[in-house]
Parts: sequence; C-alpha cells; structure tokens
Amino acid sequence: MNTVKNFDLYAPRLVDKEEYFAAGHRACSGCGEALAIRLMCKALGEDTVIVNATGCMEVVSVMYPTTAWNLPWIHVAFPNAASVGSGVEAALKVLRRKGKIADRRIKVVAIGGDGGTFDIGFQALSGAMERGHDLLYVCFDNEAYMNTGIQRSGATPFGASTTTNPAGAASQGKNEWKKNIAEIIAAHNVPYVATACHSYPLDFMNKVKKAREIEGPSYIHCLSVCPTGWRVPTEDCIKAGRLAVETGVFPLYEIEEGKYTMSLAQEKLRPVEDYLKIQGRFRHLTPDHIGKIQKRVNLEYKKLLDKVENLHSWSELEG
Amino acid sequence: MSKRIGMEIALAAAEAVALCKPDVVAAYPITPNTHIPEHLSDIVAEGRIDTDFICVESEHSALSACCGASGAGARAFTATSSQGLLYMAEIVPVVPSMRLPIVMAIGNRAVSGPINIWNDHSDIMSQRDSGWISLFAADGQETIDMMIQAFKIAEHRDVMLPVNVNLDGFQLTHVVEPMMLPDQKEVDRFLPAYKPYAALHPDNIVSMGALGMPDIFNEAAMAKDQALINSKKVILEVWKEWEEQFGRKYEPIGAYRMKGAEVALLTLGSMGDTAEVAVDELRDKGVKAGLLKMKLWRPFPVEELIKAVKGLTSLAVIDRSAPFGGACGPVCAEVKAVLYDQKERPAITNHIIGLGGRDIVVGDFVKIVEQAISAQKKKPKEAYEIYGVRGS
Repeated sequence: MNTVKNFDLYAPRLVDKEEYFAAGHRACSGCGEALAIRLMCKALGEDTVIVNATGCMEVVSVMYPTTAWNLPWIHVAFPNAASVGSGVEAALKVLRRKGKIADRRIKVVAIGGDGGTFDIGFQALSGAMERGHDLLYVCFDNEAYMNTGIQRSGATPFGASTTTNPAGAASQGKNEWKKNIAEIIAAHNVPYVATACHSYPLDFMNKVKKAREIEGPSYIHCLSVCPTGWRVPTEDCIKAGRLAVETGVFPLYEIEEGKYTMSLAQEKLRPVEDYLKIQGRFRHLTPDHIGKIQKRVNLEYKKLLDKVENLHSWSELEG
Repeated sequence: MSKRIGMEIALAAAEAVALCKPDVVAAYPITPNTHIPEHLSDIVAEGRIDTDFICVESEHSALSACCGASGAGARAFTATSSQGLLYMAEIVPVVPSMRLPIVMAIGNRAVSGPINIWNDHSDIMSQRDSGWISLFAADGQETIDMMIQAFKIAEHRDVMLPVNVNLDGFQLTHVVEPMMLPDQKEVDRFLPAYKPYAALHPDNIVSMGALGMPDIFNEAAMAKDQALINSKKVILEVWKEWEEQFGRKYEPIGAYRMKGAEVALLTLGSMGDTAEVAVDELRDKGVKAGLLKMKLWRPFPVEELIKAVKGLTSLAVIDRSAPFGGACGPVCAEVKAVLYDQKERPAITNHIIGLGGRDIVVGDFVKIVEQAISAQKKKPKEAYEIYGVRGS
C-alpha cells in the first residue's frame, strides 16, 4: 500500500496535472465514480481510447453537443463496452501493422458500471477476456443501477434496499450475496486483476498504471461510492469508501499472474456496522442481519487471506 | 482480369469480401450464413489478406466489435442470419446513427418459431427501418458484385452508412453457380482505400455516440433519414461505374420482359430467377406478363417503382415474410404506399410465399399471375394470402 506522508507536498508531483475528464460534467454532487474516472484518466495518459458502456458516466459526460472527454471516446450501447473495445483494439493493432496509423501503442480501456459488467455486459466481458485482447476493463461498481434510479443488480450487497428490491415488512432488501466478479475474471486466467477504490487514489492510479502496461487483458474493479443511491451525505463519499475497505467488506488486493497480494496491511478489521450504519440503504437492518453480514465478511476475508498465503504465481508453479 | 469460377455462393461472397481487404471481421456462427465467415477465416489463415478476424461470443458482440473497429478507422465486415440479426438488433440502428460504414452479409433465414433454419425474409424485414442501406442479390454473380459495391457505397463521403447485402439462405448461400470473380487489380481500381471521416485516436480526439436530448433528437432522426434518401444518388453512380468497368448493369428495380406487359410480378432476392421462367411460360401462352426484380430495398426506390408499373393493369407483389396481423406484407405495404397517390395504378395483390424454406416452383408464379389477373374482375376478400398452405 502506498501511504504518503505530506500528501499535499508530494501529490502534485505524483499526479498528471492534465485533466482528461474535464469539469462541467453533470454527475451528482459527491459522485465517487466521476472522481475515480478522473483519476483513472490521469493514470492512463493521452495514448488511450475509452470505450464507455451506457450508464451514469456516459449520460453525464457527453450530452450533445458537449463532452467532458479530452481522450478519444466511444459509446455504443449498454452491454457491449468489452466487445466494442475488442473491435477498437483489433482495429488499432491491424492499422498500425499496415502502417495506416502511427506506430505507437494506444491502450484501449473499456469502462462500465456494475450493471454493464456483472449483468447485461457479462457475456461480452467474458468473451473479451477469453480472447486475450490488449484491453483494460474497469468496472466502476456503485452496487445498483443508479442511472435508472437505484435498481438491484448482481453487484448489490446483501441487505441493501433498492427500488426493485425494497426493504419492507416482508422484505429485508436484497436477499442474495454480491457476485464475486473479480474472482470470475481471474478464472479467465488473465494476467492482472485488481480491486480498488477512489478513496485510495494513489493505490487506484498505480493499479491502473500497472494494468496499462500489461499487453493483454486486465481487469480492475473499482468500488465507487454513490451518495445518491447509498443514501449517504455527499461529503461522506470518501469516508464510505474507506469504511468499505477498513471493515473488510471490500478488500483491496491484486492478482498478478495468479499471485494474490493484499494492497493494505490491516491487522484488525473494523466491525461492518461502522460501514452499514452511515448508509440509508442499510437503515432497516436488524442486529441479526448485521450479524449475518459480519459472519459472511469474516469468512470471505479469510478465504482471501488464505489465497494470499497459499496460492503461487504461474511462474513459481512452473518452477 | 476477372476469372470464371464455379463455387458455392457463400464462398464466392467471402472471396469478394477478401478482395475488398477488410481490416477487421467479427462474426459468430449461425446457419446459413456461416460459410461466409468460415471461408474468410480460411483466407486469413492462408495469409491472403491481413485482417484481424475476431471470433466473438455472440452476434451482439459481432456488430459491437465492428462498431469499435469502424470507429477506430478500420474497414469492418460481419455476416449473420435470422436470430443472429435479431440478437444484434439492439446495435443495428445505432450503426447508421453513428455513420459507421460497416458492411454486413445476411444469409436470409426465417425467424423462429418454430425454429427453422431455411430461407425467408423475416429477418431483414424486422430491421427494415433501422437506417441501413439494403441490397438484395438474386444470384451468385449479384452477390459477388454487391459485396464489393457495398463497401464503395458505404464509405462514400456523401453516404457514410452501413450496408447489408441480402442473399437467400440455402437457395443462394449453399448453391454452386458459375460466376465471374474480379481480380485484385480490378477491385483496387474500383474501390479506393477507406479514408475515415473521424477515427478514435489520440492525435485527433473525438467523442462518438453522445447522448441526444429531446431538443436535438428530431434533428438527429432527420439527418439519418436524409442520409439514407441522399444515398440513392451515390448508389446509382456506383452502379454506373460498376457497369462501365465490369459490364454488368444494376438498377434499383430490374425489369424482365416488361415491354408491353399488362401483369407483373414483383420479387426480392433469388425467387426472381424462378419467376423469370414463369414469365416466359406465360408469354408463350399469350399472357402479357412481366417481372420486376427489386435489388434496392433501402432507400426504397420510389421514383423507379412509379415508372416501372406504368401501363400495368395488375401487379402481384410477392412477400417472403408474413405480416402477422398487419395490413399486408412489408414489400406490398411500401408498394401500396407509393402508388396510392398515383392517378393510374394497377390492381395490387399480395402473396406471401416461400416461408421457412417452403419450395417455390415455376408453377406457383404462373398460378399467382392468373390470380392477379382474375383479381381485376373480382377483388379478393383478403388483402394478402399466405400462398400454398396445405389443406386450404
């Protein structure tokens, strides 16, 4: 984990001053996803093409005739960021080989929300990862269909109240656990998978930089706090992201060629209640529910630590 | 110099596409178009063309990958049929709106259900108003020629629209015919290298596929419509150039024995060749019959149709897809809409035939012409008939 003392002094030297995702977009106040995209673009630099799935970030950034993007950018539809990205990557590769464009590497980065990644875009993502394109896919996971009004997705956590899975006298909100998408992508044998959060900006940017250099498929899962959908005050966006990590609800780690590494040394996890209680979407949960979530988080965290401890990288296994 | 080949038409279509040197091909297998991408992948594997062939995991991704490739400035091609086209359907209308000159071959096949792999036109008809230029080939030679013409039409700076080339599943895709295949030099002379209007590259930053609010959506729709309407001029120019270079004539609506005709059939696709034989038989019997073979389906050839039906007393419009509760078949609906304003127009009958690969023989067209003639005296009760239903 990159902890920086005297952050104000060093940050300007560590971060590209260029704004590739410009101010003036229409994201909600306190949007973690917009912040994450801004940071991602700074880490990627100018030799990048962005492929955007339909969703919040597409809607807020390119209302015709305006655009917030100072990078080449394309949006086609909701489920196909990974397949459009595959086409862009294939085209740049072949055009470069044929001498039709300048001979330099342009990184193609497909981005989507959790709906466009876990659910409707999952097949396209799996296909692109399997085909091995030189493509970075970044999922900005705000744990529901926020653009359409906070509906349940495969990424919505257990117990969260959404507009299609609301809490009520006969409902505790979502009754199922969140899909572990990072593990599913790792099972495609891609060389680099990482989890990240905008509340740890340098860690996220370093992971983006690392993925950018991989000549092949890579995946970053960025937890993106949505104050509107999570029912948290806008000024608590960063705090909520930190609590997700500190409670072990959303651990930060990397999987590099099969080798798991924790990004943050955490001797003791905070109780999940610290994370849940600041969010309106969990307001209805009883101590029993919270106990159930705590048990699950403990188990998932142990499973992860077990992998960190016991799994070897591919090269180690090859001997 | 062109060479005479005897080949399955799907393979010939792939050879024609290869002569256009696509940068990216993305395709997903579905009968009956599959031999086109299969053979293209052979050509890539043999190193005859430098093309990135993406074996996508669905038709949705096939067209999506083509969008990305075309957006990045590549010449992109895909092919599909039936359910595959329907699976792409979310992306189909986005392509012309983004003005991406993708070319797609459609080996036309019935849409389920029941599931059926054989030919009819219900696949393309479901996408007819999506904003693509639509060409229909009647035989192998037209398939080869249209594949090459399609890239030139699509990429023309005054067009910048996707083109689909329709060839009937099995009746064309799987049939071996003698054809003339142009050589590389001839195609290079006809088809210039693709110069994109805009491409995804950091040297020239663009945002493609922006959100259109209600205040510009009408204008965006109008622009798409105008682009389609205006494309006809270029299509006619390209066909003229083709005729000058290769000697084969293309018209939006081809005419067969229409001189002095009083009754005519109007067909799309491969059934035109069968209908020609029926017209010959009818002429031998003294019936003043003719045939109109439509090759350009979108943009719809309004002026050409008005001109083509002059002097006819009866017109039998053949549809190869059912309207299911509509007023009449899709081709007939267009024909009637165009001719409604004409002072003199033929009596129009509509015959839905050849669904899901049901065979159509010469005798069927003879019968249909006879029905069309008798309809002048006694108007049929129904606006259309599903022809040849067993037990009826």
